[in-house]
Amino acid sequence: MLAIARQRMLGQSFKKILPAVSVLRSYSSAAKQITVREALNSALDEEMLADPKVFLMGEEVGEYQGAYKITKGLLEKYGPERVLDTPITEAGFTGIGVGAAYYGLKPVVEFMTFNFSMQAIDHIINSAAKSNYMSAGQISVPIVFRGPNGAAAGVGAQHSQCYAAWYASCPGLKVLSPYNSEDARGLLKAAIRDPDPVVFLENELLYGESFPVSDEVLDSSFCLPIGKAKIEREGKDATITAFSKMVGYALKVSEMLEKDGICAEVINLRSIRPLDRATINASVRKTNRLITVEEGFPQHGVGAEICASVVEESFSYLDAPVERIAGADVPMPYAANLERMAVPQVEDIVRAAKRACYRSVPLAATA
Amino acid sequence: MNSASCAAKISTQPFSLNPTSPTSHDNPLVFPKPTSLFLGSTRKLRLSSSSKLNLHRRSGTVVAVSDVVKQKKSKSTPSLLITKEEGLELYEDVILGRAFEDMCAQMYYRGKMFGFVHLYNGQEAVSTGFIKLLKQQDSVVSTYRDHVHALSKGVPARAVMSELFGKTTGCCRGQGGSMHMFSREHNLLGGFAFIGEGIPVATGAAFTSKYKREILKEADCDHVTLAFFGDGTCNNGQFFECLNMAALWKLPIVFVVENNLWAIGMSHLRATSDPQIYKKGPAFGMPGIHVDGMDVLKVREVAKEAIGRARRGEGPTLVECETYRFRGHSLADPDELRDSAEKAYYAARDPITALKKYLIENSLASEADLKAIDKKIDEVVEDAVEFADESPVPSRSQLLENVFADPKGFGIGPDGRYRCEDPKFTEGTAHV
Repeated sequence: MLAIARQRMLGQSFKKILPAVSVLRSYSSAAKQITVREALNSALDEEMLADPKVFLMGEEVGEYQGAYKITKGLLEKYGPERVLDTPITEAGFTGIGVGAAYYGLKPVVEFMTFNFSMQAIDHIINSAAKSNYMSAGQISVPIVFRGPNGAAAGVGAQHSQCYAAWYASCPGLKVLSPYNSEDARGLLKAAIRDPDPVVFLENELLYGESFPVSDEVLDSSFCLPIGKAKIEREGKDATITAFSKMVGYALKVSEMLEKDGICAEVINLRSIRPLDRATINASVRKTNRLITVEEGFPQHGVGAEICASVVEESFSYLDAPVERIAGADVPMPYAANLERMAVPQVEDIVRAAKRACYRSVPLAATA
Repeated sequence: MNSASCAAKISTQPFSLNPTSPTSHDNPLVFPKPTSLFLGSTRKLRLSSSSKLNLHRRSGTVVAVSDVVKQKKSKSTPSLLITKEEGLELYEDVILGRAFEDMCAQMYYRGKMFGFVHLYNGQEAVSTGFIKLLKQQDSVVSTYRDHVHALSKGVPARAVMSELFGKTTGCCRGQGGSMHMFSREHNLLGGFAFIGEGIPVATGAAFTSKYKREILKEADCDHVTLAFFGDGTCNNGQFFECLNMAALWKLPIVFVVENNLWAIGMSHLRATSDPQIYKKGPAFGMPGIHVDGMDVLKVREVAKEAIGRARRGEGPTLVECETYRFRGHSLADPDELRDSAEKAYYAARDPITALKKYLIENSLASEADLKAIDKKIDEVVEDAVEFADESPVPSRSQLLENVFADPKGFGIGPDGRYRCEDPKFTEGTAHV
């Protein structure tokens, strides 16, 4: 008993010393660390091994080993019939994937970035999302659309948009956005096994980041439930909701707020559609303040939906207006300093949290 | 009257360089397509189209396939193209298509059907000619003009009529409507409102057929897919993307173009730089065939070749059927732009009259047999209307059903608990 207590105390003191983004989270056996890239690769590998109906298609997924090396090694293992390099025809090959899914195959269609999915969005929405409904349950579409979403570094306006809000507004789609390796593995496996169309929004900048994973996560049957958010850090003063890369920022923010005596609860949404309204509302009822963080454009965004949901269900519990942090309402600029201003930064989130707790200063313009 | 016969004619007659002379409509040299005596608004384009004539010869594979058909046709006078049973089956199908669509028009004007309804009158030869050669497991992908494709594929008339009335007994329980006919049982994969949307989906179905045979080792899986679409679609990017991929991966698909010359009010010739659609096939490495889509038997011959090719694994084919729709684009279309002379010309080539004539002249059926079929179909259609009328509308609870196949997603087990919380889960022994 004493030994365990000592370990825990040591662990906590370590937390204060080491930089925020590192190790020693609340896992019991945080043995291994894997990158998000490895997590996705292993998830794809295991699902393709388990079910011969799963196949990959996309640009550069085969011989190039994946534009971001997510599908590395899969061509050698499974052959060119199951790992298809397609021509640059998003509309065509997405439609082909949907047609194959109509017949029970399980395609995983990769978009080099979700910006390119706009060329195929007709198939994602009209042939995939709506088919189960239009055919009254006769034709389900077990397809996964995956790829990097949101801003990367210096890639300009046409390669930096976040599509979470667009896809999440469409009934018939499930939209997932993982943050760490555990999320990536669990959610991708769940998405592939799911009989409905899933839009899987990854983040390019997270691919190379390592996160600790327990042995459970590495098991080949591991998967996470779709539609359930995760409370990454418990707190009692304010709730911060985020998804994808912003979860990392939110965790940093919560460390910083700790010093000012604000104990923030960080919720990793994981699933944008269906949104886990129960968890979010329960958290707001506990803390009474909400800050939503996202990278995408503010109007009609994910934060707007969360805010509406909380206002509808937990209005009397709110002690302060809901703070919505989103990307700037402009196409992404190229210049590095402008880009930094156009994407939420840790400081912006801290300011918003303090405003929500009435601890701050005049409303500074956020980008 | 297909491209082969035109090619044959070119080689024997001198090419007239004076396209403006008021030649008789039978002279194939002036017109790019020998069968297409484009009248009305297309008159102005005669000048430009004639220069394309000598390109005919260069579509090598086209002539080859059509030659076979042509030879078969000339040899067919002693032996017939169809047996009596086949003939009656074809006749019944075309009559069903026509009677059903006429009834749809009536019901629409009585207010029982609503929204967008696109009728197939005049194009029955294409649907019957192709779909009657398929097995149940072969699939058909169509556009919004899909009632007759559904009927030919085997979806009961009652189910289609109920769907059109928006009743819960429809083939999609009233949730799809006129433009979205789906049937898992008959492998009818839609029913798509956007033009060109069905082509990649059909290509995917063909891909599945090949995948099943080669990867999943279902050795006898030789299912073929037919994609039906119109002339307007042939200018759409998705069409070309799929021609490319189908030829690249040698998929068992037949691309059937129902060229009825008009996309609502836009004439095919005004919209397309090269109106000869079948030529787009060889550009991608597959044969392109042009056939008279007003004649069931000609379509059937070409279809046999194309479907046979696909079944044997030789790859895709592009078939352009020259056909015509007797009614407007939809029931809301006043149909003012089409010349009445053009309509009269095609009405004279009505596929039903042609088939009837063939059956009677070749003693395959008597007038009495055919009248009996007419009567039977009338009864089927009337019964379908009655059934649809009496069927209930969908209940309120149906609104939210079927959005997802599995609303909770894989992570939640059938007992409602999260799979990841099951202690046996990570031992690999959890029931998945």
